[in-house]
Amino acid sequence: MAATRSLQRCRHLLCRPSFSLLRPSSSSFRFFSDAIAPHSTPPPLPTSPPIPSPESNSGNGGCSTIRSSLNEAEVAKFAAIAETWWDFEGPFKPLHQMNPTRISFIRSALCRHFRKDPFCARPFEGLKVIDVGCGGGILAEPLARMGASVTGIDAVDKNINIAGIHAESDPLTSSIEYRCTTAEQLVKENKKFDAVIALEVIEHVADPSEFCKSLAALTVPNGATVISTVSRTLRAFATAIVAAEYLLRWLPKGTHDWSSFLTAEELVLILQRTSISVKEMAGLSYNPLTGEWSLSDDLGVNFIAYGAKEGDVQ
Amino acid sequence: MLMFRVKRDVTKRALNTICSSNYLRTRNFCGTAAVGVSSSIERDTDYAEKVGMTNKVNQHDIAIVGGGMVGLAFACALSSMPLTKQLSIAIIDSNPALSSRQCFNKNAIPDPRVSTVTPSTISFFKEVGAWEHVQQQRHAFFNQMQVWDYTGLGYTRYNARDVGKDCLGCVVENKVLANSLLLCLQFLGVVLWQNADFQKTIYSARLTSMAFPSQSSSAGNCAGQEYVKDNISGASPTKENEDKKCNNRFMKLDLSDSKSIYAKLVVGADGAKSHVREIAALKTTGWKYPQSAIICTVEHAMENHYAWQRFLPSGPIALLPIGNNFSNIVWTMRPEESAEHKSMNSDDFVKAVNHALDYGYGGHPQSNFLDGYIDKFSSLTGLGVESVKEPFQVPPRITNVVSERMAFPLSLMHAHDYASKRVVLVGDAAHTVHPLAGQGVNLGFGDASTLAKIIAEGLSVGTDIGELSLLKKYERDRKAANVTMMAILDGFQRAFSVDLGPINVLRAAAFHGAQYITPLKRNIISYAMGEQKWPLFS
Repeated sequence: MAATRSLQRCRHLLCRPSFSLLRPSSSSFRFFSDAIAPHSTPPPLPTSPPIPSPESNSGNGGCSTIRSSLNEAEVAKFAAIAETWWDFEGPFKPLHQMNPTRISFIRSALCRHFRKDPFCARPFEGLKVIDVGCGGGILAEPLARMGASVTGIDAVDKNINIAGIHAESDPLTSSIEYRCTTAEQLVKENKKFDAVIALEVIEHVADPSEFCKSLAALTVPNGATVISTVSRTLRAFATAIVAAEYLLRWLPKGTHDWSSFLTAEELVLILQRTSISVKEMAGLSYNPLTGEWSLSDDLGVNFIAYGAKEGDVQ
Repeated sequence: MLMFRVKRDVTKRALNTICSSNYLRTRNFCGTAAVGVSSSIERDTDYAEKVGMTNKVNQHDIAIVGGGMVGLAFACALSSMPLTKQLSIAIIDSNPALSSRQCFNKNAIPDPRVSTVTPSTISFFKEVGAWEHVQQQRHAFFNQMQVWDYTGLGYTRYNARDVGKDCLGCVVENKVLANSLLLCLQFLGVVLWQNADFQKTIYSARLTSMAFPSQSSSAGNCAGQEYVKDNISGASPTKENEDKKCNNRFMKLDLSDSKSIYAKLVVGADGAKSHVREIAALKTTGWKYPQSAIICTVEHAMENHYAWQRFLPSGPIALLPIGNNFSNIVWTMRPEESAEHKSMNSDDFVKAVNHALDYGYGGHPQSNFLDGYIDKFSSLTGLGVESVKEPFQVPPRITNVVSERMAFPLSLMHAHDYASKRVVLVGDAAHTVHPLAGQGVNLGFGDASTLAKIIAEGLSVGTDIGELSLLKKYERDRKAANVTMMAILDGFQRAFSVDLGPINVLRAAAFHGAQYITPLKRNIISYAMGEQKWPLFS
């Protein structure tokens, strides 16, 4: 309920009537398939005043923080299935299947952003990357293997334990620093990262716009931010909730709350207000025949966005 | 929680100390086996490195068990791609040929163990840079192939020009293929070593046992325990931590020279009787054919540029050019016959071969009255291929048998699964086929090429290369290709081992079909050349 309320507030802030102007075709970001084409950076929008989040988080298997965009019920939900993070046939199977596809997007986006050699085995060497909502480390470990010095944070301490134990067993991933904390807490500590990545997290937070502000604050000027989520479309409702949770039983029932989803346009707007201009977006499409995910231009269900933080702000 | 963090930090510091020493690996694997092994022990104890992807000695990214053609091809494929060339690779094989640099004399008598490599295998060899080494040694291209059967009712001629190619395939001795791949690895090694990329080690030993990583952290079960301790002298990581470290991600391989190595992925390239497959308990299906094959090298008066195959009731006999006036014989027959043919004196054997290639049973297949119509039809529609008009030719007459005769039983075997966690099978370890069309090793090279590409794909997205989901991708890709080819070859074998009137007519009709129906013919040729995934559906 709390999530819905705050989201509604956030949508009001985003002045819905103007959405028609922000359809992907007229928007500043480009599609993955157009990635080679040159693009223009939109003029910076004035940043909106901070929105205080009413939720204060306490306990529940999570970390105690003063103020955060966390949703308590969501935290409890993930604590319950934490042990199965690295079971490829377990509740996180869809995430494991989707992982290589979203990482290939991140790889190509970050290689271009930071001018790294995409043909090398460890292109992220020298980059400080944070995985916000790292879970069991499904994304953090590949990032570390690709050379990044990775910090993984999650609000569920069980996740952090599992992620830490799992990463230890490979010399390539044992350098990952896992912390049970929130993005807001790290902002307080004045931590900065070259790239801030939050995949499939924003749909679980109580206040998406506050969450994006924290992500922006963690990103160094001219750094990169990558966010992926599920769109609030009827098609997403049919696939991500009805099919994935109820029919196919891929995900535990109640994993997603449709009303707290953001559409691609909403995400672009929220990020613009935090001085992150979205440069590229791609849809993640599932082919039920081959069981494989691929990148597409269809932002209707799962999508991933990469944006650059403006250099002159903050 | 706090305890845990502290331990982690200690280990991390220790690792950093190791990694800071910048040592270039200078091991030269073409030295003799004994030197290679002993020198590696000396060096291994006094340094640690972070040159490649895995930063400890005896600890590799990939262990290839079996340094045969397919195992070496896989190593070459990995070394030739930017994403995979830095992987640390161990090749485990006790074959002394692996540790010596050889170049085979072109004028020596060819070895009877040969393979027919398809154009797609040739392009794979070119890709990895091994083909230039094959070219410097003996090899024989053939651009035409004639297949006929003993009844004299039908024949088919395949011509590379039908599909717009220069050759249908190339016959190369197995030792030349293996040697070229080894030279290619050494060459890559020399070049890459200067960039400190060279990460290939050949262990001249056999695999004796293999331990899977376990999820439990029980002491004594820890794979790299002493080893980790040896290298982190100066720091004292707690035991519990070490257990976790080495249990989860590394396979432990015990070798016959009482060394142990660790690898994230074990590739079983150890042939039809794969030890890796056995240890990993990967099940197989298969059957023995009531046939054996005799192979040998023969000499004839003229140079031969065609591949010949005649189907006899007991099995096919193939005559493959191997350069100069030499050809290779692969003759399939009943086991008792093969024993007889192996032991008979060479004059009798030559007679028997010539008889099998040209005499007995019916006469030569002739153009019949139908051919005139088909010819007219082809020229009217413009659909004909050149080889339709080519008449039946008589294969060259054998004058001498110049090598020993080897006989081996034939069987078909296919593994249910090619992969389990951290173990994957390639080549004959995953599938053995009837040697009918010389496709066996080509399937193996296809495996090697695909697996290397899938590993590169996995690395590009930071996947743990031993992860089952990645290996299953390879299995899906290759199973379809391998099973199709196996079914076709098995079907051929069955169709030709029956001598019944009506079936002979059907078979002859099939030959006519293959000879005259152009799209079918093109399909058969490009499938056999390894260029098309599915036969008949282009």
